[in-house]
Amino acid sequence: MSNILVLLETRDGSLRPASLEALGAARKTVDELGGGTVTALSYEAFDADAALLGAAGADNVLIAGAAQHSAEGAAATCTRVAKELGSVAVLLAASVRGKDLTARIAAGLETGCVPDCTAITVADGRMVFTRPIYAGKGMLNARVSGAVAVASLRGNFFAAASRDAAAEIGETSAEASKSVVREVAAKSGGRPDVAEANIVVAGGRGMGDADNWAMLEAIADQLPGAAIGASRAVVDSGIRSHSEQVGQTGKTVAPELYIAAGISGAIQHLAGMNNSKCIVAINKDADAPIFTAATYGIVGDINEVLPVLAEELSKLQN
Amino acid sequence: MKIITCVKRVPATTTRVVIDASTKSLDPTGVEFLLNPYDEFAVEQALQVAAAHEGSTVTAISLGNAAAQKELRTVLAMGADDAVLLTNDLALDADVTTTARILAEAIRGREFDLLFFGKQAVDNDAHGVGPAVATMLGVPCLTEVVKFELDGDKVICEREVEGGREILESPLPCAITCQKGLNEPRYANLKGIMKAKKKPLEITEVDLGAPALEVIDLLPPADRPAGRIIGEGAAAVAELVDALRNEAKVL
Ligand SMILES: Cc1cc2nc3c(=O)[nH]c(=O)nc-3n(C[C@H](O)[C@H](O)[C@H](O)COP(=O)(O)OP(=O)(O)OC[C@H]3O[C@@H](n4cnc5c(N)ncnc54)[C@H](O)[C@@H]3O)c2cc1C
Repeated sequence: MSNILVLLETRDGSLRPASLEALGAARKTVDELGGGTVTALSYEAFDADAALLGAAGADNVLIAGAAQHSAEGAAATCTRVAKELGSVAVLLAASVRGKDLTARIAAGLETGCVPDCTAITVADGRMVFTRPIYAGKGMLNARVSGAVAVASLRGNFFAAASRDAAAEIGETSAEASKSVVREVAAKSGGRPDVAEANIVVAGGRGMGDADNWAMLEAIADQLPGAAIGASRAVVDSGIRSHSEQVGQTGKTVAPELYIAAGISGAIQHLAGMNNSKCIVAINKDADAPIFTAATYGIVGDINEVLPVLAEELSKLQN
Repeated sequence: MKIITCVKRVPATTTRVVIDASTKSLDPTGVEFLLNPYDEFAVEQALQVAAAHEGSTVTAISLGNAAAQKELRTVLAMGADDAVLLTNDLALDADVTTTARILAEAIRGREFDLLFFGKQAVDNDAHGVGPAVATMLGVPCLTEVVKFELDGDKVICEREVEGGREILESPLPCAITCQKGLNEPRYANLKGIMKAKKKPLEITEVDLGAPALEVIDLLPPADRPAGRIIGEGAAAVAELVDALRNEAKVL
């Protein structure tokens, strides 16, 4: 009987969707290892939904009840609980917080970690983790040498389970921390985060002036749940915020639909989005590398194409 | 203040990756290596803090192969006082936990108030060495920092997370991993490069010990199924929307 521990991520008392994906990955892996339990752990206090967490894959949930997030405290708590349960793996979302925690937990457990995994398989009774390196130009398959593996999971690569089971809710203690998160300022805008959205409408330098972005916003308005993304060229010029940057050094996204308007498709940008299910490229240069990654391409000027696209999409909505 | 900054030699991100099946790693032939771009923010922040506190020292430490002296000389030319190269032929491929363990061992014998790292090395993209070193040394670590302020013996930083911004606070000593936007890294000028030649660069051979990760293989990514150009200009939009709806079924 194996146990896999999933460290949940909550913000303002609500669960981040990527945590449900981690629960699904844990469930599937435990089953492939021959059966066992999945424990969800929340460092912060939150009102756990036993049915939701159970359906996603958790058998039980432990809530440490800390008043605020702290990477130090969360990692120490997770390390302790993994030892108590004798877990064979600790899984968590590869979010900003998750990337911060992964290597700490591995250090605490004196084992290896695999950040930003895109697949977990079981071969000969052992877990094999897949992750992209060198800006996605290499896929590394590795096993963790220690008795417990720690891995963070890239968003949209794993699916929550859909079980008819409720998780049992329990408590555990929270480890203390010297550092604190003083304030969490939410960003306004009303759109989901680019890393969590099912549809991303992204623009690059070819969008031109900041004013032109209204054309992309108009498209996003026609697509429920769409987020806005940007290339680094646009972020560097100050037109869009860093939180929207897609790419190797920005956010990694794998939505159902990724629309790239006026983006050339540099390797560092592709590393962040070329696993999207469907990619649409709109670029006036027929030789732009983005077209090699695109499912559908339109060679054309954004000023002509985007308003018509917004209009066609609005017809669909009505 | 005693400040340590940890840096890495990495292949340029534009490198055409050729995989060497025997080492299960990047074939370095003809590859351009440079200082990890995020480490430039770390070095810059270390130098700025040092400049604001008289009598401070900045030491750069790198785990790398012998060639990584070049990147450490760059850091010395930017203004660091001294550098330590922990060298091993296989160092650049060491996993996060192993890298952190060796850096932590080297730092343990030293006094420090602040440790600066890049938020990620752009070869392995693991985001983990800073937080792992800090955990091993028992000090707090604030990651992906875009704003840094030292207020007495307290550090106050900001970072961006999905859908929000966090303000993080920690006592000294602590570790910081640096995100783009934190500062504008200086270029090493000619005077700096000349001075750097005379600065101490200690080279110590290290044993990597047992790896924490067992690499099975490194493969090229699967090709995306070929797409198609629907057409030119606004006239192609109706067909695009139809394909998104009826072929890709994403609308
Ligand atoms: C270490 C490192 C990390 C990096 N990380 C990232 C990252 O995370 N994300 C990222 O995006 N980049 C990253 N980059 C930068 C990357 O190399 C490119 O410079 C950047 O992605 C280019 O952005 P762009 O496509 O918007 O601009 P450009 O390359 O300038 O492309 C603009 C495109 O717009 C098209 N265009 C212009 N006008 C129009 C028009 N009117 N209508 C239609 N099309 C038009 C042009 O044909 C062109 O293809 C990184 C670079 C380095 C060195």
